[in-house]
Amino acid sequence: MGVRYFGAEVRRVEDARLVTGNGRYVDDIELPGMLEAAIVRSTEAHARIRSIDAAAARALPGVHAVFTLQDFPPEYRDRPMVQPYPAPVLLQPTTQYPLAKDEVCFVGQAIALVVAETRHVAEDAAGLVAVDYETLPAVVDCREAVKSGAPLAHADSPDNIVARLRVAFGEVDAAFADSAHVFEERFLQHRGGCHAMECRGVIAEDRPHHDGLTIISATQCPYLVRRNVAAYLGRDEGRVRVVAPDVGGGFGPKAGIYAEEIVVPLAASALGRPVKWIEDRREHFVTTNTQRDQEWTLEAAVDADGRLLGVRGRVIHDNGAFVPYGLLLPMTTLTPLPGPYAVPALDVAMEVAFTNTAPNSPIRGAGRPNAAFAMERLVARIARELGLDQAEVRRRNYVPADGFPYDTGQKFRDGSPIRYDSGDFEGCLDKVVELADYAGFAGRQKAAREEGRYLGIGVSSCIEDTGVGPYEGATVRVQPDGKVLIRTGAASQGQGHETMLAQVCADRLDVAIGDVYVMAADTGAFPHGIGTIGSRVAVNASTAVFDAAESVRDKALSLAAERLEASVEDLEVEDGVIGVAGVPEMTVTYGDLARQLAPMAGGALPRGFAPGLEATSYRTSDGMPTASGSNIAEVEVDIGTGEVRVLRYSVAHDCGNMINPMMVDGQIVGGVVHGIGNALFERLVYDESGQPLNNNYGEYLLPIATEMPPIAITHQETPSPLNPLGIKGAGEGGTIPATSAIVAAIENALEPFGVVIRSYPVSPEELCDLIDASGA
Amino acid sequence: MKPAPFAYHDPSTVDELMGLLAERENARLLAGGQSLMPMLNMRYAMPDHLIDLNGIGDLAGVAETGEAVEIGAMTRQRDLPGSRPAAGRFPILAEALAHVGHFQTRNRGTVGGSLCHLDPSAELPCVAAATDAVLVVRGQDGEREVAMADWPTAYMTPNLAADEALVRIRLPRSAALDGQAFAEFARRHGDFAIVGVAAMLSLDGDTIRRASLAVAGVGPQPVRLAEIEAALAGEQANEATFKAASGEARGIEAMSDAYVSGKYRRRLTGVLVERALAKAAERAREAA
Amino acid sequence: MENPRHTHRIALTVNGAPVEAEVEDRLHLGDFLRRELSLTGTHLGCEHGVCGACTVMVDGQAVRSCLMLAVQARGRAVTTVEGLAADDGTLSPLQEAFREHHALQCGFCTPGMLTSLTAFLRDNPAPTDREVREAISGNICRCTGYQPIVAAALAAAGAKAAEEEN
Repeated sequence: MGVRYFGAEVRRVEDARLVTGNGRYVDDIELPGMLEAAIVRSTEAHARIRSIDAAAARALPGVHAVFTLQDFPPEYRDRPMVQPYPAPVLLQPTTQYPLAKDEVCFVGQAIALVVAETRHVAEDAAGLVAVDYETLPAVVDCREAVKSGAPLAHADSPDNIVARLRVAFGEVDAAFADSAHVFEERFLQHRGGCHAMECRGVIAEDRPHHDGLTIISATQCPYLVRRNVAAYLGRDEGRVRVVAPDVGGGFGPKAGIYAEEIVVPLAASALGRPVKWIEDRREHFVTTNTQRDQEWTLEAAVDADGRLLGVRGRVIHDNGAFVPYGLLLPMTTLTPLPGPYAVPALDVAMEVAFTNTAPNSPIRGAGRPNAAFAMERLVARIARELGLDQAEVRRRNYVPADGFPYDTGQKFRDGSPIRYDSGDFEGCLDKVVELADYAGFAGRQKAAREEGRYLGIGVSSCIEDTGVGPYEGATVRVQPDGKVLIRTGAASQGQGHETMLAQVCADRLDVAIGDVYVMAADTGAFPHGIGTIGSRVAVNASTAVFDAAESVRDKALSLAAERLEASVEDLEVEDGVIGVAGVPEMTVTYGDLARQLAPMAGGALPRGFAPGLEATSYRTSDGMPTASGSNIAEVEVDIGTGEVRVLRYSVAHDCGNMINPMMVDGQIVGGVVHGIGNALFERLVYDESGQPLNNNYGEYLLPIATEMPPIAITHQETPSPLNPLGIKGAGEGGTIPATSAIVAAIENALEPFGVVIRSYPVSPEELCDLIDASGA
Repeated sequence: MKPAPFAYHDPSTVDELMGLLAERENARLLAGGQSLMPMLNMRYAMPDHLIDLNGIGDLAGVAETGEAVEIGAMTRQRDLPGSRPAAGRFPILAEALAHVGHFQTRNRGTVGGSLCHLDPSAELPCVAAATDAVLVVRGQDGEREVAMADWPTAYMTPNLAADEALVRIRLPRSAALDGQAFAEFARRHGDFAIVGVAAMLSLDGDTIRRASLAVAGVGPQPVRLAEIEAALAGEQANEATFKAASGEARGIEAMSDAYVSGKYRRRLTGVLVERALAKAAERAREAA
Repeated sequence: MENPRHTHRIALTVNGAPVEAEVEDRLHLGDFLRRELSLTGTHLGCEHGVCGACTVMVDGQAVRSCLMLAVQARGRAVTTVEGLAADDGTLSPLQEAFREHHALQCGFCTPGMLTSLTAFLRDNPAPTDREVREAISGNICRCTGYQPIVAAALAAAGAKAAEEEN
C-alpha cells in the first residue's frame, strides 16, 4: 500500500464549498413550516423569580407560543438537565433547568422561549415578557466564593464548593526540607470566551409517527447531545437523531449540552413544526460557556543548580453558576502537571467554586494553558533568582530524551499511570532556539535600548496530552461506482477532518484522494461516537479509518484473487484498479468487487463473503500520545503607553508523524494567536453585582490581523508508539505555551524596571503601573 | 439581534427632510449607519421613524470658499483623504481617519455622522475641536452655526434639536497651521482611542508662533488645551518645550471607566501630546 | 401616507442578476440576502459591525451588510461571495489562493475576508504585508491566526501582477 498522501500538504477537500459560499451551517438550513425562536434571559446575576407575565408577548401577531418551564408537560417541570459527566468527587453537580424554575444564577440564564414566524417578531415578543425578580446577593469573584460566609451562588446550597481535587505524588515534604531554595508565587489567570465566529444554533423537528426527533446543532459532540436529550426527554436514542452540519469553529464550548438543545425540541414537539434558534453574539457572550479565572498559589523546592525537587500549592477555580460539563476543565488543569519537567514530588489541591457568572467549560487547551503558565512562570522565577538563562533552566529540568515512556507520578481515575509516551523536549528547544535566533537576541536588544526601545524575549515549553479515548469509529465503504465513502461520528468545526481521513484512507486502499469522500457527525448514519475535543480526532478517527480501510483492502484482495485466479501476494493496486503483477490485462476494480458484493435480486453473493465491500472499525490508540513544543516570543514594549507589540514568534512543535503538515501549521498558528489573545487582549469583565460589561466586539478584544506577529514553525517528529500511524494530536499545542511565552518576553523587555507579571491578560495600564512602581 | 420595527423614510432634499422632522415624533436620522445600525440591531435605539439622509445629494461633498473648507455632513469618511481642499489644507483629517474603524466602515461612515454620534474618544470630533470647526445646522427656520466648543451639550449629545439636522462642517482656513499631527493610543488598529491628541503648530524659524492642541478620550467631549497652547507660543520648538507641555498636559482632568483609570488617561495624554507636538513641528519645518 | 406594515418595494442587482422584492423596513441587507434570496454564503457573526463576516460589496465597495438596510440597497449592485467565481465556476485568483495557502479552516469568516480583499486588491494591486493586515483588521478570524490569509492575498496580488506583465 502506498504513502502518497500521508505527510503531504494535500489541499483541503472542504474548501471548494467554503470559498464559494456553499457551506451549510445551521442558520443556512430552512425546513418547510419552520418557526423561529428567541429567548428571554435573566438580567439579574442572582434572583428569585416572583412571576413571569407573558400575556402581551402571546398576544402579539405572529407569535405562536411562549414557553416557560411551567408550560412544558408536567414531567419536565421539576427536572433539571442531566449531568453529562457525573463523578463521585462532584460535591454539587448542579445543572440548570432548561428554563429557569424559580431562581436564576447568572445574567443570561434562559427563562422563557418565544416562538414566532420570524426571529424579528420573536425578539419583539421577548421584549414584552415581564419578569418580576427578587434580587439575591451575588458572588462574582471565585476567591471570595470559597470563603466562609460568602454570598451563596445558589440560595439553597450549603456553600459554593463544587469539588475539592488534589493531585499528589512523591515525597513533597522531604523535597522541601532538602531543598536549597524555596520560591513562592501567586498567579491570577484569566481566559475568556471561545468566540467561534459562528455562534451556537439549534433546529429541531419532531415527527413522532415517522423517524422521531431530529436535532441539527452547531455542536462538537452530536452523540453527547443525543444521549443527554434522549435521557432528559425520556426517549429512545434510536428515535433521536442529532446532526452537526458545517460548524463555524468550536474551540471547546460547543462540546457541551445546552438548555437550547432541550427547549427547542420541546417547543418543536409541542407545536408540531420545526423550530430554529440561532444564538446571537450578545447571547454568546453571556450563555456560551467561558473559562475565566484561576488563582494559583505555588511553591517550588529547588536545588542549588536550579533543578525542581518538588512543587506544592493550591488553585481556586471559577466554575461559574452551574456544572454543565462535569469536572473536565479542572481535571485538565491538574493532569498536565508538571509539564515537560521531571519533578519528583508534587502536591496541588484545587477548590472548584460556584460564582454567579456564565458557566465554565474548556476553551482551546482547556486547563493546559493554565498549568503551563504556572509551571513556566515558576521556572522563570528560578531562572531569575539563580541568574540562569531561560533556555538553560529548562534544559536542567526537562524529562530527558532517553526517559520515555515517562510516568509523571499522577494516576488517572482508573488507577493507570499518567504517562508521556515519547518526545525529545530538549531537541525541540534546540530547534526553536535556532529558529528564533535566540543567540542573536542580546545584540538586537542592546541596539534597540540605545534608541530607547525595549525589546524582550520569552521562552516557553509545554506538553500536550492528546488523543483521549475511549474510541472514535469509522466505516469505510466502496460504493458500486468505485468511490469510497467514509462514515464517522467525529464532527468537524473546521479542522479539515474530511481531508485528513481521506488521505489516510486513500493511501491504505491505493485510490486517488478525489475518489474518497467523508460524511460525518450524523448519529442517524453512524451509530457511535465521542466528539471533537482535546485534540483527539486525528489520533482516534484516523486510526479507525486506517484499520477499516485495511479490512476493506483485505476483503477486496481476497475476492479479486478468486476472480483473477491469482494469489493475493501477486496482486497490486493502483488508483483503485487491482491487477496481477506482470499480467497487465488481468484487472478488476474496487467498484467491480463492490457491485459483486452487493448483488440485486437474482444475483448471488460470492461464496464465503459477507455482503458489502465495507468494514467498520473502532480501533484506537493504545493510550494518549504526548505532543510537546517550545516557543519563543520577541516583543517590544512602549514604556510611554505600555503597549506591547509582538515582533516575531517562533514555534518548534512535535506531534509525531504529521498527516498533513499544512493543516498542522494551520492549527498551530491559529492556536498561538488564541494564546496571544489570552496574554494581551481577552478579558470578560463583570461588575461587582455580576453584570457582564463587555458583551460586544468593540469592548471584548479579540486578536486581529494588525496586532499579530509573523509566526515561524519548525517540526520535530517523534512518532508515537501508541498507534500504527505514529501520530499525536495537534489542536491545542499552539495555545498552551503561548501566553507564558509572551509574558516572559514582556518581563525580559522590562528587566531594567524589575517588572514581574503575575496575571494575564496583561494590560498596557498595568504595565505602566509596574514600570512606575519600580522607580527606575 | 434584530431591530425593533420602524418606518423608513428617504427624503431626497433638505426641505423634504425638514418636513419629515417637523411631522414625526421619535425619529432618528440615519447617516452612514456605522454607529446607529448596531444600536438599532441591539435595540438600544428604538425609533418609530428612521429618516435616511443618504438620498439627499446636496449633503455630500467638499467645497472651498475664500475663508474656509466646507465639508458636507454626508461626505463619506473614505472620500475625505482624497479631497484636495480638505486633506490639502488639513492633512490631519487623513491621518486621523486612518484610525477610524476599518476601510469597510469608512466606505459608509460619514463625517457628520461621527460628529453627531460624539463618541468621547472619536477622532473626528477631536480634529474638529483642534481646527475651530463650525457646525452648520439646518432647522425649520433656516440655518444656524455652532462652534465646536458648544457642539457637545452632554455625553454623546450634540447641540441639535429634534427637528434639526447637521448639514455641513466649516473648517476655517485660518485654523490650518503649518504642521499637523494626530497621535492616539488604541488597544488595536481601528479601535476607538483610549486617548487621542490632535496637534498643530506654526513656526517662525524654530519659534512657535501658534499652537493648537485637542485631546479626545479624557472626558465626555474633546478638550482644547488652551493654556498649554498659549504657553507654547513664543517658545522654541524643541524637546524640552514639548516635554514641558507634556508635563502640563498630564495634569488634565480625566475620567475612569470599567477598563482604564483616569490616571492612565492622564499619562497617555502627556505621552501623546509630546509625540504629536514633535511630529507636528517636524512637519512644520518640512513645510517651510 | 403611513405604511402600516413598514415595507418597501425594492429593485436591485445581486451578483449581476436583477432582483425585485418587498422588504420590511427593518430588515438589514445581510438578512435580506440570506432570508429572502437564500444567498447564505454571507454570514452573520456579530450583527454589530465588528466581525466583518457579513461583508459584501455594494457598487463595488466593501461594506458590512448588517449595518445597511435592505431598502438602502435599492438601485444598487450587490456582490456576495457567491458572485466571486466566474460564471463557469472557475474560482477567482483570490479564492484559489485561499485554498492553496490554507487561508480558511471553519470557513465562517471566509466570505467576509474574500469580499473585503477582492475590493481591497482591486484598489491596491500591489499591497505590502502591513497593508493587507490593515485591510482585514476589520475581519475577525478565530481559526487561522490570519497569517495564511495575508499570504493568500499577497499571492493573489502577485499572480495578478505576473499575469498582467505577460
